[in-house]
Amino acid sequence: MVENTNDAPDIKIVVENLSIDYAGEPALTGVSLEIPRNEIFGIIGPANSGKTSFLNCVNRMDDMRDNMNVTGRVIYDGIDLTNWRNLYALRRKIGVVFPLPVGLPLTVYNNVALAPRLAGIKKRAELDVIVERCLTRAALWDEVKDRLDSLGSLLSGGQQQRLTIARALSQEPDLLMLDEFSIAVDPVTTMRIEDVLQELKEEMTIILVTNLVQQANRLAEQTAFFLNGRCVEVGNTKSMFDGNVSHQETKDYIEGRFG
Amino acid sequence: MMFAESPLNKRDKKTQKLFRILFLMMVMLLVTPVLLILATLIYKGGPIISMEFLFADPRNGMTAGGLFPALLGTIWLVVVALICSVPLGVAAAIYLSEYAPDNWLTRSINLAIVNLAGVPSIVHALFGVGAFVIFMDFGASILAASLTLAIMTLPVVIVATRESLQSVPHAFREACWNMGATRWQTIRKVVLPNAISGILTGVILEVSRTSGETAPIMFTGAAFYLPTLPESVFDQTMALAMHLYVVATQVPNVPDAMPYGVALVLISVVLAFNALSISFRIYLRGLKKW
Amino acid sequence: MSGATASQKPSVLADDQPDTAWYVDKAVQVIMFVAGVSAIIFIIGIFIFVSKEGAGFIGGEEMNFSEFFTSPRWRPTSEWNPTYGILAMITGTASVTGLSMLIAIPFSLGAAIYIAEFATGKTREALKVLVELLAAIPSVVWGFIGLSIMNPLIIDIFDVPVGLNIFNAGLILGLMSAPIITSIAEDALKAVPDGFREAAEAMGATRWQVIYKVVLPAAKNGLLGAVLLGVGRSFGETMAVLMASGHSINLPENIFDSVRALTATIAAELGETAEGSTHYQSLFTIGIFLFIVTFIINLTADLIVRGVRKG
Repeated sequence: MVENTNDAPDIKIVVENLSIDYAGEPALTGVSLEIPRNEIFGIIGPANSGKTSFLNCVNRMDDMRDNMNVTGRVIYDGIDLTNWRNLYALRRKIGVVFPLPVGLPLTVYNNVALAPRLAGIKKRAELDVIVERCLTRAALWDEVKDRLDSLGSLLSGGQQQRLTIARALSQEPDLLMLDEFSIAVDPVTTMRIEDVLQELKEEMTIILVTNLVQQANRLAEQTAFFLNGRCVEVGNTKSMFDGNVSHQETKDYIEGRFG
Repeated sequence: MMFAESPLNKRDKKTQKLFRILFLMMVMLLVTPVLLILATLIYKGGPIISMEFLFADPRNGMTAGGLFPALLGTIWLVVVALICSVPLGVAAAIYLSEYAPDNWLTRSINLAIVNLAGVPSIVHALFGVGAFVIFMDFGASILAASLTLAIMTLPVVIVATRESLQSVPHAFREACWNMGATRWQTIRKVVLPNAISGILTGVILEVSRTSGETAPIMFTGAAFYLPTLPESVFDQTMALAMHLYVVATQVPNVPDAMPYGVALVLISVVLAFNALSISFRIYLRGLKKW
Repeated sequence: MSGATASQKPSVLADDQPDTAWYVDKAVQVIMFVAGVSAIIFIIGIFIFVSKEGAGFIGGEEMNFSEFFTSPRWRPTSEWNPTYGILAMITGTASVTGLSMLIAIPFSLGAAIYIAEFATGKTREALKVLVELLAAIPSVVWGFIGLSIMNPLIIDIFDVPVGLNIFNAGLILGLMSAPIITSIAEDALKAVPDGFREAAEAMGATRWQVIYKVVLPAAKNGLLGAVLLGVGRSFGETMAVLMASGHSINLPENIFDSVRALTATIAAELGETAEGSTHYQSLFTIGIFLFIVTFIINLTADLIVRGVRKG
């Protein structure tokens, strides 16, 4: 997949007129945007603006939920996701980190080794390498290396958050979606993870949903601003933060006047 | 007290105390007779309990000797019934908890489960005769009796398993699905390992239920008396619950202590498994896994 | 990982096609579905197989619907004039069930209220465990208790010739169904949100006023469902009534008369009948009747309880 990058198009995901509702209650309306490959794409916006629903739609979680309805198109690596038959294979390619950390009630080791095992890796030595690499990248290795056998679900909130990141990385995804990952993590660790993200974009595309506008400013090449279930605008992050925005709401939000 | 109590308040307090005592008495009236009965069983049946009573064959037209064939028969029946009902019941519960959408079919399944538990045991017996003894031609046998028991106690396994599966937070499933795990991989790797002890509680409860049933096995495989022990599932067998019915009502000149002894053994088996299930459940509640 | 998967999958595009895990998942889903539906299949199977064995009687000459339900004469073994009337058994079952409910309902609702609303901590746990253990006592043991403990007691205390009668069986069935009603009713009371209680207590209501004015009305449907399930259990009970009711065909005049129940008749007579005989088929017909009645009771209970969940 990495070896295909040369002849592959620059755009990882094309979203066309995407709308989402939960049992008739709209969460997202008419969103269209393009997410370039091997970049960090930021999504900012206040709570309930449809950011999380957008992520759930990209990895087709609507298929697992009775009440979630999606219209419009998401084109992933040139394939319309509505035509994607094996959604499990799709989700294996997409790592997700949600704001509420969920450490699975397995050992720390098995939390991180789960995805590789599902992908067919059985050799302990290989798994050991993956587990250590992912935990290190998620800035958790030093804290848990002596207790890999304790339950992941009993770690502290911040540790579970990083465990979730390690788990997403263990999938070796080609798309990583982070939803307010730093909510339970201290600032120093957040910085360490942000550095890792900068390295990771060599290998994968990253969608970074964040409630911290400065985080988007630091990391994202492009940023989308979501408000009340609409995508207000998409643009180059630097120029957006320099004030080149076409909507007053965007300016207000970036400057912290609401949200 | 910062404020003086008004007379009205005082009267209310009195009524409240009265009702509290009234309801407590109702609980006591429910519980006391049973404790008295248990005491009587132990008092009258206790003396006859011995190694011989448990491990010897009945003699002299079942008026002497022990109840070993009945005890062994009950073990046969319970084991075969569990082999049939546990996999099916667990699978049904997995369907209801993990797959079933909220539609008319799921509601019908739930209604069917309530009915399986609510149909009179003697109707289950008739079904066992019609379906297993006659239609499938197993004859009166351990297999026919166990299948009847299995269907009758299926709701016990289903309900316990479903409860146990649903106690695993939904967020764990979502987290697994997000990693690309299939529903089945999620169930196998995360949900089942965390529900297995709850399922075991249900299975133990089913042992308790199955070993006490009489009506469903009367015509499907349990015999009044057999000179030989069963050798395969196609043989008939004696059973503890049936044995109590037989020595209490069908055999003349049984010494007084005999049926009390059988009743004591039966109720001990049933209550022991039930208590085991309950204490296991309480122990599990104390374990914190998330 | 990318290396391992890339060798099996020639291009990125092939990833949307089903793989082994996908097929396994679908197969498992089908298996679980079949297992789930099996409960429905069994219920239908019970009706079909019991009806199949009873069909000869229902369609046959011996069967006369009005006689079946209105005649108290049950003489299936009579050589020259067998009669098949189950009225006496219906009366027996009804009287025993009725008495058992008179005993069980007030006590089990009272006990449920005590456990759910008054008892706390360890006491509450202990009482719940005790109720659960009571519900576990096998019916044949209850029958034996009726036969050997209650029988002489009733003869002594009430000075009646026979202690195996409506009173004995009703008392036994009452004790049997009480724990079941108690635990379901307790669940129904616990299902009333604490907010209701707190709101009423904030207005100065005492605990009893809260229960009487707020909790009981809110839990009404659940309690009714509990009572109905108790009725169903009592109605369908077999071994205990067989052993404690006296088992004599009788239109009872008072509660110290012996009676015979529908369920007990099947249990006592099926072993003595030849497969396919009219007597045998008539017992299965009683089985169909029992099945239909309990089905209606359970369905009603289910609808009532579901009503409370929606509301």
